[in-house]
Amino acid sequence: MTIEAAVPESVLLRWARAEGMAQIEQYRRAGGYDAARRAATEMTADQVIEIVAASGLRGKGGAGFPTAQKWKFIPRAGPVKYVVVNGDEGEPGTFKDRTLIEGCPHLLVEGTLIAAVTIGARRAYIYLRREYHRARRLLEAAIAQARQAGFVGERIFGSEHTVEIVVHTGAGAYIAGEETALLESLEGRRAMPRQRPPFPAQAGLYQRPTLVQNVETLCHLPVIISLGPDRYKALGPPALFSVSGAVNRPGVYEAPLGISLRSLIFGHAGGMPPGRRFKAAFPGGISSVFLTEADLDVKMDHDSLRQAGTMLGSAAVIVVDDSLDMVEVMARAVEFYRDESCGKCTPCREGTAWIAQVLERILCGRGRVEDLALIESIAAGMTGTCFCPLGESVPPGLVASLRLFRGEYERRIAQGEARAV
Amino acid sequence: MTQAARDEIRRLIGLYEHRQSALLPALFVAQQEEGCLSPAALGLVAETLDLPVTEVTSVASFYGLFFLEPAGRHVVHVCTNLSCMLNGCQRVLGRMQEVLGIRPGETTPDGRFSLRTAECLGACDEAPSVLIDEDRWAAVKPEDVEPMLDRYG
Repeated sequence: MTIEAAVPESVLLRWARAEGMAQIEQYRRAGGYDAARRAATEMTADQVIEIVAASGLRGKGGAGFPTAQKWKFIPRAGPVKYVVVNGDEGEPGTFKDRTLIEGCPHLLVEGTLIAAVTIGARRAYIYLRREYHRARRLLEAAIAQARQAGFVGERIFGSEHTVEIVVHTGAGAYIAGEETALLESLEGRRAMPRQRPPFPAQAGLYQRPTLVQNVETLCHLPVIISLGPDRYKALGPPALFSVSGAVNRPGVYEAPLGISLRSLIFGHAGGMPPGRRFKAAFPGGISSVFLTEADLDVKMDHDSLRQAGTMLGSAAVIVVDDSLDMVEVMARAVEFYRDESCGKCTPCREGTAWIAQVLERILCGRGRVEDLALIESIAAGMTGTCFCPLGESVPPGLVASLRLFRGEYERRIAQGEARAV
Repeated sequence: MTQAARDEIRRLIGLYEHRQSALLPALFVAQQEEGCLSPAALGLVAETLDLPVTEVTSVASFYGLFFLEPAGRHVVHVCTNLSCMLNGCQRVLGRMQEVLGIRPGETTPDGRFSLRTAECLGACDEAPSVLIDEDRWAAVKPEDVEPMLDRYG
């Protein structure tokens, strides 16, 4: 029940919150680019990978895959390899990557350089969602400054390494955040997921070995190298949480991985606004299964949340209060998936459309008692049958809402029937 | 398409090792230039990138930020995802519709504004969030709508 204090030492947000970090002089004065310089000139690839492995860093985009392990999958040999940065931050409720880039674009440039010199990629593409105009302008300016300083381009930091960085923008498609769909999009095609295997580490961009990494994941690298893995780990390890919805102070918070959901919501984010009552919270964006009041003391880390039947995902906490009922929440979520389904596989394309239609009918007061069983059967038909995680993330939350908030569905159906009589 | 636009597309091609990677950025150049991706504009992009026009059209029609029909000079996106919904985006959207006299998906008769709803804009700390062209507006209240729109001629 206790609310933990804020993290004593902020190591990531400190960069994004400091003044003037879009300017390379300021960033360097604070120690910036030192980790990338060391990675390019003093350290071997094995040493960097060892440090990252010891830090325990896991991907921050949603899947939580151990970063060092991903790097080891990239073949050592081979003339052409790529780093692709996933900045298509689209999971509803997530805004940490935008906060990092807008606050300190050089941190991402530096992290990208570290990854590129380690796996031996001469080219990195940063795929940024189109709506992030400000982030794009700042990032492009930062790359130009870094190029001027000799940190991007040929023989960076005077080393043997050449790293070019290109910013590429999406065009409004949530599915492009899925790594293989992102590669398709970067190749100029419809953002539709690819069959795996082969994994991007073997055959990614242009069928070459490709390291796809989330923005925040890369931003951790300079911090890990400069602090060392032990100090980094002792800080939690640190993680960024986007907290929004019905809270007093929505924002990005840095806290140790494993902080309680209660501390994030009622400590960092200042609790509920006056007169509003907690109903549920999504711990990892709307693709995660929501938690209720009974779960507030759950630890916000991969394993604890999996045990609680949900996931950390992109660590985006959306707090829902009693101003909405769960039918409205789920209808909005399913409508989102319906619109963003790429249409490649039938269960997702049709399943999201059918469920959205049934939920819409219930919201309009034309629901029928048998609709709840109908939703459950469509959800069952989508489970384990969708091509990628987009469709697969629909059934668990929906089924949980039918279990925990069935009364809210039944009330709407009953009210509709009463009006019809 | 102007020479400047064609040159810009050629510059974009140079950023990638495969020509088709320049398609999305090239489509934005054409859209900026022509106001929307008309069949003629799609044809020009296809020609410049040496791609089949069917492929270019297929890709353009997949993404939400490409306009195949004429759009207004300014495009207003009102985020309607969950965090904005919990912070009153429906009232903002309602006020937008009142002031502009159009519904989401429509363009004002004078061609000044197109109104669209948006999925999460990644600005939930600023909910309700509105994007007008490239400007993000934070914590928008219904009474902010009119003065906000006045700034876009």
